[in-house]
Parts: sequence; structure tokens; C-alpha cells
Amino acid sequence: MQSSPQDDPPNLRLVNITKAYGPARVLDQVNISIGPGEVVALMGANGAGKSTLAKIAAGVVEPDDGQIFVAGRQLRASSPRAARRSGIVTVHQSTNELGAPGLTVAENLVLDDLCDTTFGLLAGRGKIERQAKAVAAGIGLELELERDFDELGPAHRQLVAIARAVAAKAAVLILDEPTASLSAAEAARLFSIVDRLRALGVGILYISHRLEDIRRVADRIVVLRNGRIVANQVRPLNLTAAIQAMIGRDLDGISREPNGAAARDPVLSLRQVRLVPSAQKFDLAVAPGEVLAVTGALGSGKSRLLGAIFGLTRISEGEMSFLDRPWRPRGPEEAIAAGVFMAGEDRWRSSLLPAKTPGADIAGTIALPHRRRWFPFGFVKASQEHAAAEHSIHTLGIRCRGSGDTLDLLSGGNQQKVVIARWQAASYRLLLLDEPFQGVDVGARRDLITAIRTGRTDSATVVATSDVAEALEVADVVAVMRNHTVAGLYDLRTEDSASLLSAISAVEQDETVDSERVLV
Amino acid sequence: MNGEIEGGIASSRGGVMGNDGSAQSVVPTSPASQSRQRSTVSPGMGELLRRYAIFLILAALIVFFQSREPAFLRINNLFSVLQSVAVVALLGIGVTVTLAVDGFDLSVGSIAAFTLMLTSYAMVVLQLNAAETVVLALFTGALIGLVNGLLIVWLRIPDLLATLGMMFLLAGLQLIPSAGRSITIGLNLPDGSVASGSFDPAFLALGRYKLWDTVPLPVVIVTWLAGVFWFLMEQTRWGRVFYAVGGNETAAYLAGAAVKRYRVLAYVISATLASLGGIFVAARVGRGDVFAGSSLLLDSVAAALIGFAVLNQRRANVVGTAVGAVFVGIVLNGLTMLNVPYYTQDFVKGLVLVGALALTFGIGRGRR
Repeated sequence: MQSSPQDDPPNLRLVNITKAYGPARVLDQVNISIGPGEVVALMGANGAGKSTLAKIAAGVVEPDDGQIFVAGRQLRASSPRAARRSGIVTVHQSTNELGAPGLTVAENLVLDDLCDTTFGLLAGRGKIERQAKAVAAGIGLELELERDFDELGPAHRQLVAIARAVAAKAAVLILDEPTASLSAAEAARLFSIVDRLRALGVGILYISHRLEDIRRVADRIVVLRNGRIVANQVRPLNLTAAIQAMIGRDLDGISREPNGAAARDPVLSLRQVRLVPSAQKFDLAVAPGEVLAVTGALGSGKSRLLGAIFGLTRISEGEMSFLDRPWRPRGPEEAIAAGVFMAGEDRWRSSLLPAKTPGADIAGTIALPHRRRWFPFGFVKASQEHAAAEHSIHTLGIRCRGSGDTLDLLSGGNQQKVVIARWQAASYRLLLLDEPFQGVDVGARRDLITAIRTGRTDSATVVATSDVAEALEVADVVAVMRNHTVAGLYDLRTEDSASLLSAISAVEQDETVDSERVLV
Repeated sequence: MNGEIEGGIASSRGGVMGNDGSAQSVVPTSPASQSRQRSTVSPGMGELLRRYAIFLILAALIVFFQSREPAFLRINNLFSVLQSVAVVALLGIGVTVTLAVDGFDLSVGSIAAFTLMLTSYAMVVLQLNAAETVVLALFTGALIGLVNGLLIVWLRIPDLLATLGMMFLLAGLQLIPSAGRSITIGLNLPDGSVASGSFDPAFLALGRYKLWDTVPLPVVIVTWLAGVFWFLMEQTRWGRVFYAVGGNETAAYLAGAAVKRYRVLAYVISATLASLGGIFVAARVGRGDVFAGSSLLLDSVAAALIGFAVLNQRRANVVGTAVGAVFVGIVLNGLTMLNVPYYTQDFVKGLVLVGALALTFGIGRGRR
């Protein structure tokens, strides 16, 4: 599949790309080349450097060292415009930036030309429509050209952006987590378009951690870990080995020692629970001292499960019990009082306050949910609050100037440490963490995993993450969710790890889960 | 391009890069700046200027007024300024509490005016005594605030619209019992009879009594209340929650705060303080004047917004609001003493407000 060096130069060649932020090396001498019609899947855990690499290729971030060649020609300037001109087109995860709202689909399809001088001064509707039709035909796209871009769903927005890329005769297309917000049918259509582009000779860098996508589209897998390429596979692909490379340890190293936790009475148990009316029932339990990771694609119900346990939503059927008593919290207030804590995903939305707000510093952020227990008479004792914060700063290694720093001064990893510190600052029985590794660098991630795994022995932790590798790294037990139900449950302390991985990738790959395979 | 990919960029705020190293480019770690424990950036000249700008301007104004009109700094004049400031500050503190929960109460002026009519009606027509009147007025104020809060929290009417609606409603309602006339002793009632009640002297003392013959009672009460609310908003966990609800409602909710209750409570506080302001006005003027209190809303909102600039807080705060109210009062009194025509006063007030806001937000832009 890969063209030999004597042939045409590869569509994209990244040579010795190196990038550091401060002392942290995000990318270290990375070399990748993508030939004509080749789809290279870029895998890596959060913070492995794959997004930085994509940004460098797209001209958004300037590398400290290294060269970029597009079709044999070196890219000099590092700007999005220069990258686009030379033929590198990036389709981002956040679909708002893929087009101009307020303009029609047709206008968006010819936007590059409209902004350029090639279009001519007269931009009548007829001319735009003719050109737009030609662009859409390039990928066999059928869209209502008159609709406003604003009204399109994420799938259609991506398709518009890809159509534009094809029309611009792109040599390289970078797809960043393209299926993250797509339904199965939409993803299937995306894959057929990827096949079409492959036939046209476009080189594609496909960033994803969804194993089913990678199995479907990739010719080659490149795995990044800590900014270095640790695996480079060609077909036949071995996804188990790729995940192993992502995690960076032998899979046996992942297996936990049996700690007897499972034998104890569960902290939380769910019996015959139906999360949403249309979903299948499932059972789930977490024992004291146990870390349960819930993994699955976006929209598989991970956040909903955590929200139901925390009292944000109701389950539509079944029983939950917490410490052997029926558990039906009416909201966060009640859950927190009972010792069930949750750190939501997207920390700036769910946990942190704007810097100008009183109590937005590290000390205040940690104290907010514990204010009643810590300040029973109402008066906020600054010394107590700051002492608790200093303790967290010390134990979690939060890099800051002091407990009076506001959160906007900290890096993403340190912000997340503060969020974890908030909930570990008081004694809990069940801690729910929704995507705790979002926007966190490798070093901080390691600290976070240590902090999560060294929790109290009488309390349990549930981590929701869309990243299988993260789940394997942090958990004792992994639950794979699909369509709002638990499709598989794997105990890393007892399960044979190789069969475990293949089982997990099988669950991920399956479109329909037959009820027999639902364990427990 | 920001924030859409994991690892690279930390969320939306400030674009701080998501790795440990880059924090150092934001925060210099020279030994000098490593003072642990609640460290803040040591204030430079610009910071100092922004922090105390309002006080400097206030001092300059006082010097100016004093040089033009020697009577300005007399004790009696100062306390008469403070007496009118007291009511503005009271309403301003209410507005501050609603601003803290990211709301806004536009009805405070109307509530004060409505209370003025209510208390007059209660004494002149219903012949209630001072204590009964005050309790009735405060209770009615709290009830109005409750309605405001429920409109906003339950029916999800935007705060500005709900309180604007309440403002019109009360401005109209206050006219109905007396058929649009001011309420004085011997009022002719719509049914033809003559009201036989009068203002209770104990009630009038609320607005007119002076401690040691100099300090008006409202000034003392409002100073005390300002202290109470400063303590509540800045030093207690309840204040923290008020501000947290305003800063990030979702985060406050997920941290276990009773978000709705706090938002309703903010409007109850604001309306109750406004009705206390109305009581002070009524006790001072001793009649239910239909047009009294028309400038109270603008003055108190101005006080709360000027408060943003005090000590460069850039948020609603009780101390700032009190200072802002004094500021507005001094400007108005000074202009009056200089015989500046009354019709230019609103313009000057507007100028002061815009200037103060420009000072707070404009000059500070460079830093964050």
C-alpha cells in the first residue's frame, strides 16, 4: 500500500518533529510519512502528543525543530494559511469551526474560492450554486445547498469541510477524532468517503482511539507515547499490540493483584437497572477499595450512569443501593451529604469558578463542597481552608505559587489535580470521576492515576473515560458501555489480559450486542 | 482552534497550555515571587492607581467643593449628605446581592416608592402604629422579593424582564388606593370619607431622630447593615455560595449548593432592603408622596456599579457599593451647593458612572 521511496515523494513527511513546552517534551524526534492514498491511524493516550502533532502539521503550532514536507516540498512558514495552501487540510473535532454560520451550504462549499481572488468579483447565486454542486459531487455529497450552515448537524458539517478539502485538491487530510460525535450510520458514510479519498490519492492522517474505526479504515498504525513513536504497524493490524504500546507496559503489568476487595460487601450496587427506557437492563457493583472504569464511545451512557448515581438524573427502572440501603438521591446536595462525590467532565464548566469570583482560588475551590462541614458556624476560616489546600498541593504535587492562586494561572493538569483534590479533601465512600484526564499532560496524568489508585480502602472510585487505554491503566475492573447498557465487565485482577483486550475490542467493534455476552 | 483537542490546550480560559512546563511561562518563579500562602501579585503603580482611583477622585472632589463653598465640609451638611446616601446605599446593597448571583433587580426603586405609599396608607388610613407599619412594610417587601425570585427561578423569566415587569406593576399599584393622590393627613378617600389616622411619631423618629443631635438614625442603621452584609458576603460560606452561583451556576450546583434557593433569597434580600429604604424615606418626609423615590433606582445601580471599581474588585461588592453611594451623594450635594442647575445632575451622574467603569475595566485590560 505504501509507495516505495523511488516513486513519487510521500504526500506528507514529518521529519524529526520536536516540541517542548517548558521542560516537558511533548514531541521528541517524530517521523511520519504518509503516501498517496494511504490512511495512517495515529493512536495515543491523552497527552501522548497526538493533538500537538496534528496542530504542527496544520500550521497552528510551530515546532521547535524538524521539517514538514508536502509532496516533496518543504513547508517553510508555520501558519494555518501556509499549511492549507500547500495542501494540508484539517477537519477538527469541534465542528463549529468547520464553516461559517450565516452562510448557506453552497456558499460554504466555495468559501475558499470566495475568500481568494480566483472567484472574480461577481459572486451571483447561480455561479456559486454551480461551483458548489461541482464541489459536492467531488465526494458524492448530497446536501441541500440552500440550508444555513448553522442548521447542520456535526456529521454534515464535517462532510462540508471534507468536500472543501477535496475541491482544494488537498494532498493531505487530517481527521481529528472524526467519529466522536457521529452515529453509526453517519460514521459508515464517513468511512465510504474516506475510501473515495483514498482512491483519489489523498493521504490521510486519522486520529482516533476508537478501535473499530481504526480497524475499518487504517492501512497503518502509528502509536505515540510520551511524545515518541513507539509502534508502527502495517496490515495485518494487531490492535492488541497497539494498545499495549499505547500503555507502554506489558499487559501482565496491568493486571492487578487480587486484593480481596470483591469479596467485601459492595459500596454501590445496581440491580436490573435501565438507564433510559429504550436501553437494556444491567447489573453493576463496586466494592470498597476498588476502582471501576466505565469506558465506551461518546454517547454510550457513561456520563448518564454517573449522573444517575449522583442524583442528576433518574434511572428509568431498577434498583440502586448504596451501603446496603436503597439509593435514590434527589440531587448533588443529598449525594454529597451521604458521601457520594462527583467531579464532572469539562472542569471549567462543571467545577471551577471564574477568577474574579471570591473563592475562586485553590483553597476556595477545594473548600466549596465541604463548606458545611468545615465551617459549621458560617464563618469561613481562611487559615483552615488554606491549610487543607496546602496539604493537597503537597500530596498531589500541584504546581503553583500558593493556595491563593486562582485556577486560571495553572496548567490543565494542575487544574485537574485541584479538582481531584477537592473531592479527596473530605472522606467519601464513593467518588465518581467523569473524564478526569481531559486536557491533561502525561506527567500530571500519572500523578492523577496514582492519586486515584491510592484512595481509601473503605471507599470506591468510578472513573468514566472514552479511552480504553486509560481505563486499563487506572482500573481494577473495566465496564464497557454501549447503548446505555453495560456490554461487558472485566476484572483485571482475575482475567487473562490478552483475552481481555480482544474481548474489549470485540465489544467495541460489535454493532449489536447480543444479550448472552452481557456478563454478570 | 482552541480547546477542541485533548492534551494540547486547557479549556477555554486564557488558553493556558495543558502541560506543567508552560505554567512557568505564565507564572515567573523567581524567589521573590515565591511567597507561599495566599500570595497575590505584588501591586505595581498601575495596580495601586486602579485600586484607589475612586478614593483619589473623591478626595479631589471634596477639596474642589470645599474651595468653592466653605459650608460644604460642615458637620451638618456632611450628615445630611449621608442621610440621603443611606437610602441609596441600602438599595445598592440589595442590587449588589442580586448582581452576585448574576442577576439584577430593577424593581428596588419601585419597591422603595411603593413602601413609602404603603406605610403612609397603613398609618393614615388603616391607623396602624409604628411597629405594625414597619412589620407590614418589611413583610410586604420580602413577599415582593419572593415573587421576583420565583418568576426568575421557576418561570425562568430573564431577571431584567421579571424585575422590570415588577417595577411597572408596583409603580402602578401604589397609585390605586389613594386614587393617584399623595397620602397626607386628612386624605379624601375615593369613597368620599376622610382618612382620620396620622403618622405615628415613633415612625417619624426612624427618619428624623439624630444621635447626639448630629448623626441621623438611618445612617447608623445602614452603616450597621452594610457591615453585616459585608461580613455575610465576604466572610461566610453563604456569601461564597452567592458568588459561586453567580460565577458558575453548574459548578455551584454540582458542589451541592441549593442554587435555586440562593437565587430566590437574593431577590428577597434585595426587596426587603429596598422596603427598609422606603420606610426611611417615608419617616423623613412624613407624607406619601407619589413622585418620591423616582431617582432611587438609577442612584443605587450607579452605586453598585461604581463599587466594581473600588479597590479594583471588578465584581459587585458591598464595601464598594457603600463607597459608590457616598460618591454619588457627594457629587450631587456638591453640585447642588454650587447652584449647578438640577437638570444637569443626571448627566453628571451618568458621566461619573461611565468614567468609573472605564477606569475599572478599561485600564485593567492589559493585565488579563
